[in-house]
Amino acid sequence: MEKTAEALRLQNITKVYPNGVIANNGVTFSVNYGEIHALSGENGAGKTTLMKILFGEEEATDGEIYIDGEKVRITSPLMAIKMGIGLVHQHFMLVPSLTVAENMVLGIEPRHGLSIDVDETERLVKEVSQKFNFSIDPNKKIRDLTVGQKQKVEILKALIRGAKILILDEPTAVLTPQETKELFIELKVLKEKGYTIIFISHKLNEVKELCDRITIIRHGRTMGVYNLSEISEQEISRLMVGRDVALEIIKKPPKLGKASIKVRDLKVIEESGKYSLKGISLTAHYGEIFGVAGVEGNGQLQLAEALTGMGSYQGGTIELDGKEISRFSIGDIRSIGVSHIPEDRMVSGVAPHLSVAENVIADKLNFEQFVKNGFLRSQSIRKFVTEIIKRYKIACQSPDVSVDSLSGGNIQKVVLARELSSEPKIIIAEQPTRGVDVGATEFIRNELLASRDAGNTVFLISSDLNEILGLSDSLIVLYDGEIVAFFPDASKINEEDLGRYMLGIERQSSEQISEAYSE
Amino acid sequence: MSSLLSYILSADFLYMWIRVATPILFPALGAVICERAGVVNLGLEGIMLISALFGVLGSYFFDGLIPGMLVGILASVVISCIFAYFHLVLHADNVLCGTAINTLASGLTVFLLELVTGEKGTSASVKSYSFPTVNLPYIQDIPVVGHILSGHNLLTYLAIIAVFLVWFFVYKTPVGLRIRAVGENPNAASSVGISVIKMRFLAIILCGVLAGFGGMYLSMGYLSMFTRDMTAGRGFIALAACAMGHATPIGAFLSALVFAFFDGLSNILQVLRMPAEFVQMLPYVATILGLTLFSIQQGMQKKHKNQS
Repeated sequence: MEKTAEALRLQNITKVYPNGVIANNGVTFSVNYGEIHALSGENGAGKTTLMKILFGEEEATDGEIYIDGEKVRITSPLMAIKMGIGLVHQHFMLVPSLTVAENMVLGIEPRHGLSIDVDETERLVKEVSQKFNFSIDPNKKIRDLTVGQKQKVEILKALIRGAKILILDEPTAVLTPQETKELFIELKVLKEKGYTIIFISHKLNEVKELCDRITIIRHGRTMGVYNLSEISEQEISRLMVGRDVALEIIKKPPKLGKASIKVRDLKVIEESGKYSLKGISLTAHYGEIFGVAGVEGNGQLQLAEALTGMGSYQGGTIELDGKEISRFSIGDIRSIGVSHIPEDRMVSGVAPHLSVAENVIADKLNFEQFVKNGFLRSQSIRKFVTEIIKRYKIACQSPDVSVDSLSGGNIQKVVLARELSSEPKIIIAEQPTRGVDVGATEFIRNELLASRDAGNTVFLISSDLNEILGLSDSLIVLYDGEIVAFFPDASKINEEDLGRYMLGIERQSSEQISEAYSE
Repeated sequence: MSSLLSYILSADFLYMWIRVATPILFPALGAVICERAGVVNLGLEGIMLISALFGVLGSYFFDGLIPGMLVGILASVVISCIFAYFHLVLHADNVLCGTAINTLASGLTVFLLELVTGEKGTSASVKSYSFPTVNLPYIQDIPVVGHILSGHNLLTYLAIIAVFLVWFFVYKTPVGLRIRAVGENPNAASSVGISVIKMRFLAIILCGVLAGFGGMYLSMGYLSMFTRDMTAGRGFIALAACAMGHATPIGAFLSALVFAFFDGLSNILQVLRMPAEFVQMLPYVATILGLTLFSIQQGMQKKHKNQS
């Protein structure tokens, strides 16, 4: 790579929030034109704050920003956009009911008299997508697109506004390996054309594959800038976490017990008449981690909802620990010994405004230890929760702070602590490490493995391929409401092959699939 | 019963239907704009009431229809701005803001009415202007149809034109697109530099103008004076119509017609000597039923949306 001009420099950025939290402490971050630069660090390390400062969503307490060597002040996203900075958010900033073209020109609509110039809009969109070789139908509505296509729209949205520096926040978190590959090709094309890409990611193998240089931050400080050709993944993770982290998931062979979850011919029909589950059958056993892989929206949510009693199903039977649950309430199901780590922790995992203690004992209000004569026994609750906080390494000042003041990884640990401390036999875990940093991810995975080694069932639904392949003992793939593959031994399959099943390109024979269910 | 049916099928009833639909249609269209921007404007009732009075007072003081109309619109814009300021800038709950506006309007109008006319019930003692009725050329000569469609108040025709204007505004203009984006995903809108507060402020003001016309129609068209609390829940019915019409202009128009039907029905049932209290209840029962059906349907939709 030839030496090129510096596109952007954040110099000695310090950010102190009004509540006294120091998010950035003298961070210096510099990127060149025509490079893909990784920004890595644990959750809460200060990456997001740094990018918010760059994108004008937050103002730095101290420090300078230089673009093309010129000192600038960025006080709003609009200014950042005007200076050629584009941010592709992790959660897409798209309006589902509008078309691709409408989303792309939102805020910069070409006009024809009073109305929007539809022809000009279409021409603009076509021009940009052809220039960068993105194939996408401008007249499709966003809600009809796949996740990968939505991401393309997000990138094009930034490019059409003249972005020269693109920030991608965890862009591959939601993509299949094939989509990731496609994205990387497109990003490399952009790089060739002289664009600068800031790639924020936890996935070190991807960082290694795609990026030229990496800046690592920890606890709000820069841990250094490295050429990726000169640093190993192990070294990066040590710099990020501050200690050695097991990147590989190490586990003992499973000791299978009797069947714990039996699903037979399960059908879930939407109000619209669409089948989100088309009659699937599977059996999970005690002592195993049973994985459910698939691109999101292929029936995983409905399966989890049916198993936990959160949603209804229209056909088939479910047995948990030998009990048919069709007439069971959520409470009844939990009392069998079923725990649930929901996908969206802020919506169904915790009550954000309640304290850590209140959240942890929310499912234990029938324990005499905590409630007597209708009153909460605050002392014994405090004692219990203090131990839990220590046991699950939840970083919080006290059991009484509200949950929403914690970082994502710690909130997830609160959920995990509540669900595992009620000694479940069956754990339904949906995306248990989504948006959680490397250290907390390792912790959560080890807890799940420990529970499985203790003879429980972990029913793991995850779109993180690394996780699903690493943790699962046996594994099914859901595609369009059907099981398209079953692997009794998940260690015998690689990411590439799994990706093809997830995209519906390949499908096992019906005999192979039917092996997922056993009496 | 047969006489009831013959009443309903008569040209007189159809004429009245359109007449009573007007004061629901205006605020319903306003509600559509607000809803699209992501604001439920619960203050519609109060906004209508305020402009109903100010229209009358304006035309009385300035001795003319146009000044009266301008005063009425100004009043509705001012009161909408108050709602918008508290809701958007001070982040007060819109239910509280709306209720405050409605309560304020109800008291303020009576207070001002008494101050000006010395009476608490109506403005009959002051001379005010009304919007003229319009006979549509050619159409008025068609038998039956002419009787139904022609000879309505100017504002009734304006309301129907407004259906198309609002449609064009929401779907065809850049500002309309931004309002829709703000309502559906405010984060997406602000990420491209659109000010969510500005868009919502604008939507609330436009809604206020439309609701203002609805209010003035009541006091300067439907009747030719202001009477206390004369909006009689039409602002809320309009919200229901907007919701039932899926916040589309055409949908709101059709829903407004449905609610107006029951309003009209209650008028003729009174003629048929049904107990007045029962009859007066009808439009509201229809509203509650409509809203119930709507929310059941929405619940299903939401469930579907969450799952897919």
